[in-house]
Amino acid sequence: MSEKIKHFPGEQVKNIDVKEGRIPAVRHRPNAKYLWSAGIAMSRFLEGLKKGKIVGATCKKCGRIMVPPRAFCEQCFKPVDGYVNIKDTGTINTYSVSYVAGDASRIKEPILVAIIDLDGASEGMGILHILGEIDDWKQIKFGMKVKAVWKPSEERTGSIKDIKYFRPLQEV
Amino acid sequence: MFGKKRVAVIGAGMTLFRRTLKETGKELAWEASKMALDQAGLELKDIDSVVMGTAPDAFDGVHMKGEYLADGSGAYRKPYSRVFVGGGTGVFAVDAGWWHIASGQFDTCLVVAEEKMSSCYPHPAYAFTTIFDPIYARPLGVTLIWIFALEMHRYMHVHGIKKEEIALVSVKNKGNALDHPCAQLAAKITVEDVLNSEVLCYPVQRLDISPTSDGAAALVLASEDVAKKVTDNPVWIDGVGWSIDSTYWTNRDLYYPRYVQSAAQMAYKMAGIKNPPKEIDVAEVYDPFDYKELHHMEGLMLARKGQAPKLTADGVTQRDGDLPINPSGGLLGVGNPIAAAGTMKCCEIFWQLRGEAGKRQVKGDPRTGLAQAWGDLMQYGSVVIMRS
Ligand SMILES: [Zn+2]
Repeated sequence: MSEKIKHFPGEQVKNIDVKEGRIPAVRHRPNAKYLWSAGIAMSRFLEGLKKGKIVGATCKKCGRIMVPPRAFCEQCFKPVDGYVNIKDTGTINTYSVSYVAGDASRIKEPILVAIIDLDGASEGMGILHILGEIDDWKQIKFGMKVKAVWKPSEERTGSIKDIKYFRPLQEV
Repeated sequence: MFGKKRVAVIGAGMTLFRRTLKETGKELAWEASKMALDQAGLELKDIDSVVMGTAPDAFDGVHMKGEYLADGSGAYRKPYSRVFVGGGTGVFAVDAGWWHIASGQFDTCLVVAEEKMSSCYPHPAYAFTTIFDPIYARPLGVTLIWIFALEMHRYMHVHGIKKEEIALVSVKNKGNALDHPCAQLAAKITVEDVLNSEVLCYPVQRLDISPTSDGAAALVLASEDVAKKVTDNPVWIDGVGWSIDSTYWTNRDLYYPRYVQSAAQMAYKMAGIKNPPKEIDVAEVYDPFDYKELHHMEGLMLARKGQAPKLTADGVTQRDGDLPINPSGGLLGVGNPIAAAGTMKCCEIFWQLRGEAGKRQVKGDPRTGLAQAWGDLMQYGSVVIMRS
């Protein structure tokens, strides 16, 4: 607001009037579909997951072992030097407890979300995943050790979801 | 001096911010643009160039949004570009307007930002799920609120910050917004209200978060020559900065926004600012969540790492404090039509530095103000520093 401005434009409409069609409007649901190539590096990652391995990429110049793997080091701006299997254990860097789904609707059983710094990768190389085998989310701690729980090999498709979730390494 | 020409802000305008407005995006852009021109005492024919800022096309469902909004932005037969850096757009659009004039290419630039999130119906949250990497992130069902909850929790953990300390930001900003005539969520609330509100994605609760909104905001920028002809009290853009960090957001320590620091350093250097907390009189810091105001104060070096909660608890960031933060009411109070929210912050600094902010006016005749926004995958910082 400036003191000099006496009127601010904008006509608020009520949600109920929108919902019940009292506001002139046009509806449309786009039907675009996609097929994304996984790419050079992520194809290695997905193929690794199918075999029950987590694949990282190495850069000799900065010395990083990176996960998710990438075809080029974004810091050194050169091709990576190779791909290595890293461990399927790690440490909880941060976590949250989601009671809402992607469309903002409410869900009953919360999803336990975490960034997990994987063992065998460079420090701070976390991946996003979910946590399981935890009865009460208050048992989750920063720095807690966790391990991947894999789908049986015949059910794996080459997807980040071939890891069902990460569970605490020790009983909670 | 940086650039070939010094750049002034000479007019500002905005619409109401509301969950749903009847106007189209084009109509909103027109309303804000016209108001900014009227305030500057200029007509569209006086405008040499136009920068439009607007966030994901998926909100409007019109995937040529720059073109769609061009007529409403006053771009008819003019040099025109649309800029987009996620949530950082609203302040970055002003940075972009600055270089249009500072380069010497133009004498005037109309900067317009618009967002109509209500078009994505019934809720724009779903549009946000399409911003993530399709190979390794989306299959997990990742949402925008997950990543902010993860960042908030990391910030709390590293510094040992409690939710009640963070909630004070929401209380302050929603309270400040009571004096803003365009505000969507102005309210007198308490820390208990925040702590008792619905848990969305722990530690994020309903009252920690800004709403989805429709709205537009605009500024008129001019070279020194033009500014001195049309106004006695121009506000100068003395610093601009912008920076991005890696898109691998799970590979960064989320407790500190280094990219905001980089953007701020660029702007401070240009403005000759050595001691930001002393030299900045008033700041509009990006606050889509309450913790973000604190996080960004630290990134902007207005507070030392982990110290922003204490400044807040001590009242330093209140409108009558020594370093008022978000006197407008911010995104938490005024509303969050993404790009327009960042530009609204620039409008607020302009009005504060002109002494025209009415009931929201901060004490002590502020001379130097800062506006900042943040965006993309928690990786983008944009900063503007203005002086009267
Ligand atoms: Zn490297």
